[in-house]
Amino acid sequence: MPSFRLLPIALLLFGICFGFAAPAFAQASNIADLVNALGVGGFPEREAAIKALVDSHDPHVNEILQELNDGRLFVSSDGGRVYLQGGTADAPTYADPITGAVAADVDPDTMGKVKINNAVRTLLSSAMSQLTLRSPDRAARLAAARDLLKDADPANLALLDTALAAETDATVKSTMEAARAVIMLKTSASDADKKAAIDTIAARGNKDALTILTTALASAPADLKPAVQADIDAITRNLQVWDVAQNVWYGLSLGSVLLLAAIGLAITFGVMGVINMAHGEMVMLGAYTTYVVQETVRSVAPGLLDYSLAFAVPAAFLFTALVGVAIERGIIRWLYGRPLETLLATWGLSLILQQAIRTVFGPTNRQVINPTWMSGSFDFGGLAITQNRLWIVVFAIVVFVILQLVLNRTSLGLQMRAVTQNRRMASAMGIRTPFVDAMTFGLGSGIAGMAGVALSQIDNVSPNLGQNYIIDSFMVVVFGGVGNLWGTLVGALTLGVANKFLEPYAGAVLGKILILVFIILFIQRRPRGLFALKGRAVEQ
Amino acid sequence: MITQMLFRALDRKTAWVALLILIAAAAVPLANLYLPASNPLHVPDYAVPLFGKYLTYAMLALALDLVWGYCGILSLGHGAFFALGGYAMGMYLMREIGPRGVYANPILPDFMVFLNYKALPWYWNGFDNFWFAALMVVLVPAALAFAFGWFAFRSRVTGVYLSIITQALTYALLLAFFRNDMGFGGNNGLTDFKDILGANIQAGTTRAALFAASGIALALALLVCSMIVNSKLGKVMVAVRDAESRTRFLGYRVENVKLFAFVVSAVIAGIAGALYVPQVGIINPSEFEPANSIEIVIWTAVGGRGTLIGPIIGGILVNFGKSIFTGWLPDYWLFALGGLFVFVTLFLPKGIVGTVTGLWVSTRRRPVVAAAEVLQPEPEAAE
Amino acid sequence: MSEAREKLGTMLYLNGVSVSFDGFRALNNLSIIVHPAEMLAIIGPNGAGKTTMMDIITGKTRPDDGDVYFDGRTDLTKLDEAKIANLGIGRKFQKPTVFESQTVWDNLVLALKKPRGVFASLSYHASGADTARIEEILATVRMTARKHDLAADLSHGQKQWLEIGMLLAQDPKLLLVDEPVAGMTDSETVETAKLLKEIAKTRSIVVVEHDMSFVRDLGSRVTCLAEGSVLAEGTLEQVSANPMVIERYLGR
Repeated sequence: MPSFRLLPIALLLFGICFGFAAPAFAQASNIADLVNALGVGGFPEREAAIKALVDSHDPHVNEILQELNDGRLFVSSDGGRVYLQGGTADAPTYADPITGAVAADVDPDTMGKVKINNAVRTLLSSAMSQLTLRSPDRAARLAAARDLLKDADPANLALLDTALAAETDATVKSTMEAARAVIMLKTSASDADKKAAIDTIAARGNKDALTILTTALASAPADLKPAVQADIDAITRNLQVWDVAQNVWYGLSLGSVLLLAAIGLAITFGVMGVINMAHGEMVMLGAYTTYVVQETVRSVAPGLLDYSLAFAVPAAFLFTALVGVAIERGIIRWLYGRPLETLLATWGLSLILQQAIRTVFGPTNRQVINPTWMSGSFDFGGLAITQNRLWIVVFAIVVFVILQLVLNRTSLGLQMRAVTQNRRMASAMGIRTPFVDAMTFGLGSGIAGMAGVALSQIDNVSPNLGQNYIIDSFMVVVFGGVGNLWGTLVGALTLGVANKFLEPYAGAVLGKILILVFIILFIQRRPRGLFALKGRAVEQ
Repeated sequence: MITQMLFRALDRKTAWVALLILIAAAAVPLANLYLPASNPLHVPDYAVPLFGKYLTYAMLALALDLVWGYCGILSLGHGAFFALGGYAMGMYLMREIGPRGVYANPILPDFMVFLNYKALPWYWNGFDNFWFAALMVVLVPAALAFAFGWFAFRSRVTGVYLSIITQALTYALLLAFFRNDMGFGGNNGLTDFKDILGANIQAGTTRAALFAASGIALALALLVCSMIVNSKLGKVMVAVRDAESRTRFLGYRVENVKLFAFVVSAVIAGIAGALYVPQVGIINPSEFEPANSIEIVIWTAVGGRGTLIGPIIGGILVNFGKSIFTGWLPDYWLFALGGLFVFVTLFLPKGIVGTVTGLWVSTRRRPVVAAAEVLQPEPEAAE
Repeated sequence: MSEAREKLGTMLYLNGVSVSFDGFRALNNLSIIVHPAEMLAIIGPNGAGKTTMMDIITGKTRPDDGDVYFDGRTDLTKLDEAKIANLGIGRKFQKPTVFESQTVWDNLVLALKKPRGVFASLSYHASGADTARIEEILATVRMTARKHDLAADLSHGQKQWLEIGMLLAQDPKLLLVDEPVAGMTDSETVETAKLLKEIAKTRSIVVVEHDMSFVRDLGSRVTCLAEGSVLAEGTLEQVSANPMVIERYLGR
């Protein structure tokens, strides 16, 4: 393709033609002239123009460099003026990059993009970092410091030193120091300086530091090598510990999801001995309640959309608790003492509920938004923690604590425990066992509904939502031991953590299979789970 | 001795039903092949494999009834045995395709070529022989049932716990068979079959023969189950169902009784699966879905558990209803199925056959062992 | 060893048996001996550990501590329920436990002493001798007329008799009989006592009962349990005169 081969030559000619003019522009202190200089000459001239812009300390510079980097600066074919392209692709407009005033008399056909190559791009990025290093915005400075850490261009050393002297924020400062240390290793600084630099990097202790040190190991002076190697080893060990911690965190996060899904079941199955196969559908109804509440808030009070979950939690609890009471009164109470029939009837109910939701809301996923306060993530030491997972862990703990309080500190809880332990005696003592049954089932279902609110944040809200959790929930309850909420807690967390530790070795699916096989074998060793009640009473 | 057992197995009702099934096994294929389409008794081509499928479902329901209705073991994982039998048959049918696949590989099935397999996995060896596949149809479900039952029954996992771990079993198998590197075709399963025993699997005569084979297999399964439940072992099974620990105190090894019933049941389910696959033309992991296994339970419950004829009627009736209903109101089938679960457990706990026999008995005042009082909560031995 | 000599010639030998459930000591250092062809009546308040003792003998519960020997040599703590039953220990439960959905006849067929294996049961065919034996037991427990009825249709007392019939069919060396006359009429109670005394001529029997007139009819050695250990032993007169027994069981 001859035209492409000709391009560099054309550019060269272009550069020669205007090369003489460049110094004149550089000397001009007028910012407009400096900007226009960007459109003149070849890449070397452009680099000079960029440097001149940076040195001008004009507040617009950063923005203009960004626009140049994004390819939105255009130059008229006479090379006279640089414009900022706006508008649409079909009908572009051209404005003054400094004032923003749209120039009316510009013919789009005569405009050419101000081109940049890799060298210019590198210069731009370090120039922008340099500018942002002095930005009043902390986040911008931190981002700039990270950029420098990644690039580690020795040319930026002086720049970094000035910024460091002025920096007050600890995080930004440490990042800058790390960047400085990395740069030091690349310069011909003294061994002592390099040693100090290595220590600074090693102190960061993360994966980046490991990469830097591993690279540095090759070029390090011979007498520094053992120190570098020791630092590498230390960081590797440290990272392994954090890796384990990260897996534990993932496991706890999965475990708390399992706990939320299973704890309602632990009440209905563990306390009442009722096998509720429609439990997953209670979770699903909770998730759909979240969706309905969100849409209501959106139309009634859009300003509160970010807090619709606060309304969704009680709404989901009440709605699913009511559905639960209706199920207990309508179906389950006729089947007490016949657990296998209960299992079948509630399975049928789960099919009906799924189809009902599918008929009303359609088979596709519904969008439940993540509120802003639950989005994003942060680092805790070497851990990456996402906000929504963190909130779910917190939510699970809160639900668990409240449930323990309800069971152990309220009269309903006392009655529930009494009915569990000896139904006939409780009834003889004047406890209205049918009422307690309905309330217990309502409580279990309501908690499932709250679990649905939490799951709507991390899973697809679809009619099949509950199906994905029902088997896992049963595994948790059976593994933990029936009739014991602590067992459910330990069961959920153990299975969550075990799952996450198996995943890296076995893969997600095989890991899950292994867990299932483990539980099947475990139940055969201990048919009553981890925390089983003992004695004659349970043998019925 | 065998003739004695056979004689005992053929009580009047069972004999009639077995005969009826055998007549159907002959009549449907004949009516399809030899009656002209204009004849009102002509069975259309599409109906033969469809009815054949119902027969295999009936057989599956019968298998479940042997363990649930007679032994009190509610297996929520019987679909797994059905699917394993089906996969064994599917593997034979895949090998039968030979070089006629899309990739024309003489040894490797298409999906293996597609997934870059270089050689046949070791466990696919031998499946080019029908006799070997037939053996595996029986042995694989039996081995799984034996291994699972050996541990579960020995450690006295009973009731709901057992149901839940059988469900976990089929769920684990579902996940496993979804994996491509299991070597069973992953998500898509095994399909595009060409021949069975050298005969074109699509041909009318082959389909007729498969239907007849399903009918004969169902009749034989009925006979075997009848032989078991009418023997003293059958009484022991019912005793285990009604009062497990009492049976133990009489000196019976409850775990062995359950294991025997479970393995026999798994074998029947496996054979049903093997007959199912060539008639529907595909086997894929969805057969392992826990939901499928629970559906089998409802067939048995509708027909009447604890009777041998009930599950056969239930299996055919529910699936026939499903075909009609899904053709009519496809979106509402789950309402109907779910409603059926609730209705049967609440209002028809003995199923169709149990209820009818119950009425019959109350007018004739003659006890019928199997159908009576299945629903009594297990009276536990000691207080 | 004196212990070995002590065990020799006994049918049932319990020495220092203890078991607790979640901290509750159901049996506390219990020692009981039953000789061949001897009847022992056990009385005692609720919660004295009578049923737990039977659970331990029949293998349902494992003791935390102590020895349980059958026939002077077989350690029962190592065996499961089925093995123990096949050694020749039959048990009648407090709540009559028969197979409700099966006929009286089938209940006896199930109990009849025959090989208990799966395949033996599958191929079992009643011989003339078996049928005759069942007819004989039916006559003994007076249920010939009801042999084709479902066990569920029997009255409480009849279920007790059926269960005793099943015990006979098992042909055990040792019978453990828990409250055999609960729910029986007075005349039935007298008949039961006669039957048990007849059986005790050839076999060992342990009877747990609250009905004092029935225990008097049995005329056997009596042991009173309380709080998991033996409170008093001897004839009924000796035991019921014991001030401890009066205090703890018979009532003030």
